[in-house]
Amino acid sequence: MFEIGLSHYLVLSAALFCIGAYGALARRNAVGVLMCFELMLNAVNINLVAFSRYVAQAVDPNLFAGHVFAALVITVAAAETSIGLALIINIYRNRDRINVDEIDLMKW
Amino acid sequence: MMEALAFYATAALILISALGVVLCRNLVHSAMSLALSFLGVAVIYILLHAFFLFGVQVLIYVGAITVLIMFGIMLTRDVEGNLVQQTNRQHRMAAASALATFIALTYIAFQSHFNVTNATPGDSVVGIGVAFISRYVVPFEVASLVLLVALVGAIVIARDKEVD
Repeated sequence: MFEIGLSHYLVLSAALFCIGAYGALARRNAVGVLMCFELMLNAVNINLVAFSRYVAQAVDPNLFAGHVFAALVITVAAAETSIGLALIINIYRNRDRINVDEIDLMKW
Repeated sequence: MMEALAFYATAALILISALGVVLCRNLVHSAMSLALSFLGVAVIYILLHAFFLFGVQVLIYVGAITVLIMFGIMLTRDVEGNLVQQTNRQHRMAAASALATFIALTYIAFQSHFNVTNATPGDSVVGIGVAFISRYVVPFEVASLVLLVALVGAIVIARDKEVD
C-alpha cells in the first residue's frame, strides 16, 4: 500500500485513459473532444515512462527507449492539436457550428 | 512513505481535474482543468525520475497546447451558451464502455507478471540525448518533418479564403 510500484501507475493511467475515452465519445463540442484526446495521450505517456522506469531499466539502467517514445508522442500530440483546431476553425467558418453530432455531411 | 503521499495526492489531482475536463459545461473551465491535469502528469514524471519529460510536459502541454486550445475556444465561441446539452445521445453507452475498459485494464495489470526493479535509473537527459542521435535518429528526423508539415498544413487549412 505504501510502497509505490508499477501497478499503481498502471491503474492511474488506465483511469485517466478511460475518463478521456468517455469524454471523447460523449462530448458534443469538437474542441472538448480534442481536449479529451490530450488526456488519453497523457495516460499513454504515463504508461510508457512507468514501464521504462520499472521494467526496461531492470535490464539496463541506461535504457531510455520509453522516454524517447513519450517525447515522440508529445510531438505528434502537438501536431494533432494544431491541425485539429485548424479544421475546427474552418468548419466553424463554413457551417457556423462545431457540434460533432451535427456535422454529418459525409455520413452515409 | 513521502513518495506514497506525493503519488496519491498527485493521482487524486489528475483524476479530479480530468473529470472536470469531461464534465464541465463551460469549455473555458474545462481548459483550465486540463492545464491542472497536465501539471499533475508533470509531477508524476518527477516521481518516475523522468526529469527531461517533466520540462517538456510543462513547456509544451501546460504552456503551448493549453493556450492553443484556449484560442480555439475563443475563436469558435458564442455558438452555444452553457445551457445547451453538452453530451450527445450515446453518453450512457460511452460511460458503460469506458468503465468496462477500466475494469479490464486493471484486471490485466494485476494478472500480468513483470520483472520489476526499483533501482535508481541513470541521468535521463543524457540518456535521451544519446538515444536521439544514435539509435533513434531516423524517428527524430521524421518527427521534425511531421512538425513542419503540421505547421504548414494548419496555416493552409485555417486561412481565410477571401483574403488572398
